[in-house]
Amino acid sequence: MTLPDPAALLPGMAAELTRHLQAHHIDTPRFVGIHTGGVWVAQALLATLGREEPLGVLDVSFYRDDFTQGGLHPQVRPSTLPFEVEGQHLVLIDDVLMTGRTVRAALNELFDYGRPASVTLVCLLDLDARELPIRPDVVGQTLSLAPDERVKLLGPAPLALERQALASA
Amino acid sequence: MTPNDAKRPLQLNDQGQLRHFLSLDGLSRELLTEILDTADSFLEVGTRAVKKVPLLRGKTVCNVFFENSTRTRTTFEMAAQRLSADVITLNVSTSSTSKGETLFDTLRNLEAMAADMFVVRHADSGAAHFIAEHVCPDVAVINGGDGRHAHPTQGMLDMLTIRRHKGGFENLSVAIVGDVLHSRVARSDMLALRTLGCPDIRVIGPKTLLPASLEQYGVRVFHDLAEGLRDVDVVIMLRLQRERMQGGLLPSQGEFYRLYGLNTTRLALAKPDAIVMHPGPINRGVEIESAVADGAQSVILNQVTYGIAVRMAVLSMAMSGQTAQRQLTSESASEEPN
Amino acid sequence: MRIRILGARVIDPASGLDQVADLYLADGRIAAVGTAPAAFEAEQTLDARGLIAAPGLVDLSVALREPGYSRKGNIASETRAAAAGGVTSLCCPPLTKPVLDTPAVAELILDRAREAGHAKVFPVGALSRELAGEQLAELVALRDTGCVAFGNGLASFASHRNLRRALEYAATFDLTVVFHSQDAALAEDGLAHEGPMASFLGLAGIPETAETVALARDLLLVEQAGVRAHFSQLSSARGAQMIAEAQARGLPVTADVALYQLILTDEALADFSSLYHVQPPLRSRADRDGLREAVKNGTIQAIASHHQPHEPDAKLAPFGATEPGISSVELLLPLALSLVQEGVLDLPTLLARLTHGPAQALRLPAGRLAAGAPADLVLFDPQAATLAGEHWLSKGRNCPFIGHVLPGAVRYTLLDGRISYQA
Repeated sequence: MTLPDPAALLPGMAAELTRHLQAHHIDTPRFVGIHTGGVWVAQALLATLGREEPLGVLDVSFYRDDFTQGGLHPQVRPSTLPFEVEGQHLVLIDDVLMTGRTVRAALNELFDYGRPASVTLVCLLDLDARELPIRPDVVGQTLSLAPDERVKLLGPAPLALERQALASA
Repeated sequence: MTPNDAKRPLQLNDQGQLRHFLSLDGLSRELLTEILDTADSFLEVGTRAVKKVPLLRGKTVCNVFFENSTRTRTTFEMAAQRLSADVITLNVSTSSTSKGETLFDTLRNLEAMAADMFVVRHADSGAAHFIAEHVCPDVAVINGGDGRHAHPTQGMLDMLTIRRHKGGFENLSVAIVGDVLHSRVARSDMLALRTLGCPDIRVIGPKTLLPASLEQYGVRVFHDLAEGLRDVDVVIMLRLQRERMQGGLLPSQGEFYRLYGLNTTRLALAKPDAIVMHPGPINRGVEIESAVADGAQSVILNQVTYGIAVRMAVLSMAMSGQTAQRQLTSESASEEPN
Repeated sequence: MRIRILGARVIDPASGLDQVADLYLADGRIAAVGTAPAAFEAEQTLDARGLIAAPGLVDLSVALREPGYSRKGNIASETRAAAAGGVTSLCCPPLTKPVLDTPAVAELILDRAREAGHAKVFPVGALSRELAGEQLAELVALRDTGCVAFGNGLASFASHRNLRRALEYAATFDLTVVFHSQDAALAEDGLAHEGPMASFLGLAGIPETAETVALARDLLLVEQAGVRAHFSQLSSARGAQMIAEAQARGLPVTADVALYQLILTDEALADFSSLYHVQPPLRSRADRDGLREAVKNGTIQAIASHHQPHEPDAKLAPFGATEPGISSVELLLPLALSLVQEGVLDLPTLLARLTHGPAQALRLPAGRLAAGAPADLVLFDPQAATLAGEHWLSKGRNCPFIGHVLPGAVRYTLLDGRISYQA
């Protein structure tokens, strides 16, 4: 099955997000992308929406649950949130939702900044392989992969999805 | 005539990651840069409402201080706490008769109590190496200062300070002033600056306070402060201890201050945007004038903040490296045929 | 016991003999070299073809640690280790507990040594009481009990005047004084040679001048007192030079150097390994090369092990908290042969520095392989190798050469015509 072109998914996602924000009466959403792919998707999404607000960038390396297995990721970058989290409606954006652990880490990190009023989750792809009860509010497309396959987002421009085979154990 | 197998550098695991942090000697530019980059991220954590990350949750960090120090001990405690680790601090006094025994047994006992990491400060050069090599090779050892030999976290926080205020090291001129002979900070700074590519490292002091063979560090030696400070971008002042007067190394604090003390007039010889650093605690009127220590060019207080971030970086990287090594070892063990 | 040793290459540095010859031992002495004595009935024959026979090694500095330091070693264990290294005669320093400043202590040492029977022990007595550098010890009484020379260890005499008087007293009775020239104040708290390595590692340095300043003083006082002097454990090239100059002036001074000083330099300290913590310290390559040159040309006529065994705790601490010393007497011959292997010395010269040279320096009845001499011999295989540490005998394992493969292997050591060590 071929991978979709991210650019083609964005208009649909933008429309769905707009509907969602209206339904929940969210006037001033704060956008946060999860480094790196989520940031690219967020930037593209904001462009599609025609919005120019500042984008928060979250590096979840310090909140991951696999520190004892894999150790610290070699390329940690500072998180930057150019707005208060306290009492705000956040829109959290990631590229690929698989097990849900990255989103779990991102939520933990966001809550260490302050207590948001709500968090809306937007994902370009949902691989339907969740190990945690995390559910996106807006999704570009849901895909199923073979057990040894992964998907990677290339970017920032143009955005493209690439299939990767996992090295055999 | 030497034994056959080449020794893996003590500080690194099989993948070249940090597993102990003992000295800056033998660490690559890439690794030092990685420490600085990681520290930058941790600096950001310090600006949040919750200044903690859960990275070392459930881990126990033992500060074992055989030498008194409030500042270093406190910053290591804070660094470990901000990583959500449990922290124990032991202030162990050394008596000359039981020095070696106490060190070995103390640490073995702590290891048995499942300490995951040691931060050690000791009056003997090589103490951290000794512990990492002979006492607890599988517990990350962070050198909080050993004798005159090294103070690698101080060296790195000094580098972070320079990088944040000066951008990089490539075109920099850095002067280190004072009692280099007895200074582990100076030795770590010189090593770090050279590895990071600083082209002009100057050391300024009287002969009695400079060690032999400084040329091995690639530094230029000055005995005249004015000459040495000319057009530098960074001035690092070292602490002068009272004992130096008793040892016949200097006639008096007054003469030292007259010749090597940093006051506003002397600072003016450096570049107008030069920064002034000091590992602390400062001796006002001995190595530095109050006006300079509290002045606009001083980044001494910033160093303290950077110190927490650097220590958080080093603690997490070393823990990470030890964990990775355990994995590698158990993987290769499980690959062996039964 | 009548022993016949067949086919060895016999080297006797004292006489210049170097040829394949049979040896005949009887009543604890060498009965003949080459041709069997008339009606010689051997009770034991050793096939020594392919082996070299040399006088038993004479080691001028072997700390036996008894009385007083039983955790580090004792006379039985350390003389046994010495025999394994090819040593038949050794001198032990006065640093015992109590100090070797009374005949009773000397007697105890000699008795124990005789009981153990592994090597002949020639004690060096204390020059001053308690080695404190003030009051003279009873030198003549000690001599009469068996002390062959007198020294003060590394502890200097604080007062030049007291030292001068001690030397003059020793000179009165033609006693040899052993010097370990090091100025205490210049060496103060030092752990390593004051040079790039110590600087880098942050270890307090012992400058070369600690040795040369003390040597200058000692040599001048020796000249004034007219005493026989032996300078032990030289560590610097400059120091060796000063000895050469004194010898050129006609002073009766001799010198020795620790074998490890001819092999190691301060570069060995790189990982803070306490195994390399020694006093006087390992110095630079230039110093090592200067010392090698001095050994080659005979300025330094003796190579000693400077054996100092320690219990494990003494070395299991950060460098500055460890005790100095290397345990190496049981490797003396193979380790020394590495100098021949590296082309530093030729074999006859090396053997001279290990036998005749040391014996002459302290006027010991040893170091010769000739008819009539005591049957103190070492038989070694120059083609074999020794894996250091395989069968370690000394109580002290503090030896950085353990695990190394060294050239040559001692097959037999004979003491007064009796086998004291057999591989």
